Amino acid sequence: MESVLSPGISAVTLPRRKRIQPWKWAPYLFISPFLLIFAVFGVFPLLFSATLSFAQWDPAAGFGAIKWISFDNYKFVLTDAWFWKSLGNTVYIAIASGLPQHLVAIPFAAFLCTVLRARNVVLGAYFLPFITSSVAIALIFSSLFSKDFGEVNSILMALHDLPLIGGLFPDHKVDWLLDTSLVKPTVSFVVFWRYVGWNTVLYLAAMQTIPGELYEAATLDGASTWRKFWHITLPMTRPMMFFAVSLTLINNLQLFEEPFILLGDNGGTGQAGMTTAMYVYRTAFYFSDFGTACAISWVMFVLIAVLSWGNHKLFALASGGEE
Amino acid sequence: MTPIKQSKQSTQFKQPSRSRMLAWLIVGMGAVLMLAPFYFTFVLATQPREAIFHIPPPMWFGESLLHNIRLLTGLIPFWHNLGMSLYVAVMTTVLALFFCSMAGYAFAMYDFRFKKTLFAIVLGSMLLPPFLGLIPTFMLMNFLGWLDQPRALYLPAAAAAFGIFLMRQYIGSAVPKELLEAARIDGCGEFRIYWKVVLPLIGPALGTLGLITFITSWNSFLQPLVIMHSPENFTLPVALRSIQSTTNTDWGAVMAGSAIAVMPLVILFALFSRRLISGLTAGAVKG
Repeated sequence: MESVLSPGISAVTLPRRKRIQPWKWAPYLFISPFLLIFAVFGVFPLLFSATLSFAQWDPAAGFGAIKWISFDNYKFVLTDAWFWKSLGNTVYIAIASGLPQHLVAIPFAAFLCTVLRARNVVLGAYFLPFITSSVAIALIFSSLFSKDFGEVNSILMALHDLPLIGGLFPDHKVDWLLDTSLVKPTVSFVVFWRYVGWNTVLYLAAMQTIPGELYEAATLDGASTWRKFWHITLPMTRPMMFFAVSLTLINNLQLFEEPFILLGDNGGTGQAGMTTAMYVYRTAFYFSDFGTACAISWVMFVLIAVLSWGNHKLFALASGGEE
Repeated sequence: MTPIKQSKQSTQFKQPSRSRMLAWLIVGMGAVLMLAPFYFTFVLATQPREAIFHIPPPMWFGESLLHNIRLLTGLIPFWHNLGMSLYVAVMTTVLALFFCSMAGYAFAMYDFRFKKTLFAIVLGSMLLPPFLGLIPTFMLMNFLGWLDQPRALYLPAAAAAFGIFLMRQYIGSAVPKELLEAARIDGCGEFRIYWKVVLPLIGPALGTLGLITFITSWNSFLQPLVIMHSPENFTLPVALRSIQSTTNTDWGAVMAGSAIAVMPLVILFALFSRRLISGLTAGAVKG
């Protein structure tokens, strides 16, 4: 940057006593608010949490009451039936909501790529749930899915009365939010509904950067639409796929708000919908066992890190096999 | 921050029109599925209790909106909650715009020692799962005596790594370095350069980041759930959830509240959907 200033000018602007030019220290000052806040509210809590995961502590009793218990919290977590159950629920919902998101979003984005008019209107309709308050959404769905007075059952019953296709729909009112076998699919649907538009937007953004010549060449060679999708669109979208799948993975494994509102803070009948994030919340704020809550968080962090790494390897392998 | 481009390959999927029509049918049905819950929120928000618990449930608007809002304000200090949500969202947005544009400016325009390391820290902070910090943050706020204080919500949220990244990208492409040199030669101080020269040039990026920050803060639930304790200090999502947890939920009131919570987002989205979408995907497309 200094090269732009001619030596003559710097000689004039600099006082005789050598001092540090302002543009040498200004950037540190500009970054300092971020660094300060991140250190206090980002790094410090993490270190605190890591420390606390080796202790037994009820904060109401003050700092004197911290008892160091080494790996006991982790031993407890890894043998805790509730933890495994919550992890099972989390993974179930993560897959049942995550996989369809991408299976729908990819072909949908490919289709929208071919649409000129009305694209933004359609995209807007699918994207709106993503920017809406998840709490409001969950409240809305808990009303729509309620057994006796919910719109969902009412519409399904009306469809059941239709000729021909009526048999496809249930003949009784479904208890979406209380039947233990339906709780997880219902929550998964709400999560799917919220994120499918976001993924579509991501895939669409990636597909729009694919050079049109690739498709033109393929068309000249007589390739069908399906083959173009399979051999051009999909491979060219792979980097975005990695990014989008990683995001889904990270978000879904921390899922909290939707099941918390839809099913209540205990995770519904038989805890069938209690996710690990909800279990952490419960352990800390209902059982006042902050040490264990921190230990569960760290176990989840390691799991998320390992799965993200595995996802990265998987995609690296897939693109390696291609080239 | 490039807007979604008009597709160049608009013709490459030309198909027999029957399959296109089928595709449109599916896409259209999907769009109805996406929008129906919003429609029913507004329907239920305008219906009296008898209609909501009637079989079959109402499918069209009623006239009880004001009645439901009155019910709502009887159950929770609703206007306080609305004000708190607004206050926290505005404070978060103002601070985030200030801090992120300053840091983004430093990363885009200056050369300094540890620049790479510091930027790696910024990016790395995006990878930390937010849930990990929730409980220690609660304890930290408890320790600081900040529980139930709005600053416990907006101050941590103001240092958004995503915002710094977005600002760095934009400032690097929109602000010519020569301009800064010229200002420097004219005797302009470093902060004044940022304030008088850089800020006026990055309006669009500030707008995008402001929208994203405001919406994120408005929707945020977990942090206020853990930090705010007295009902009049609840933000809107926490307050709405608190009436649902009581037995015999008054759905008309809940839906009126949800409708009011969702309304600003729908309006902002209708006005700025392109900018929002391109801002949110900016990191993804370039990364």
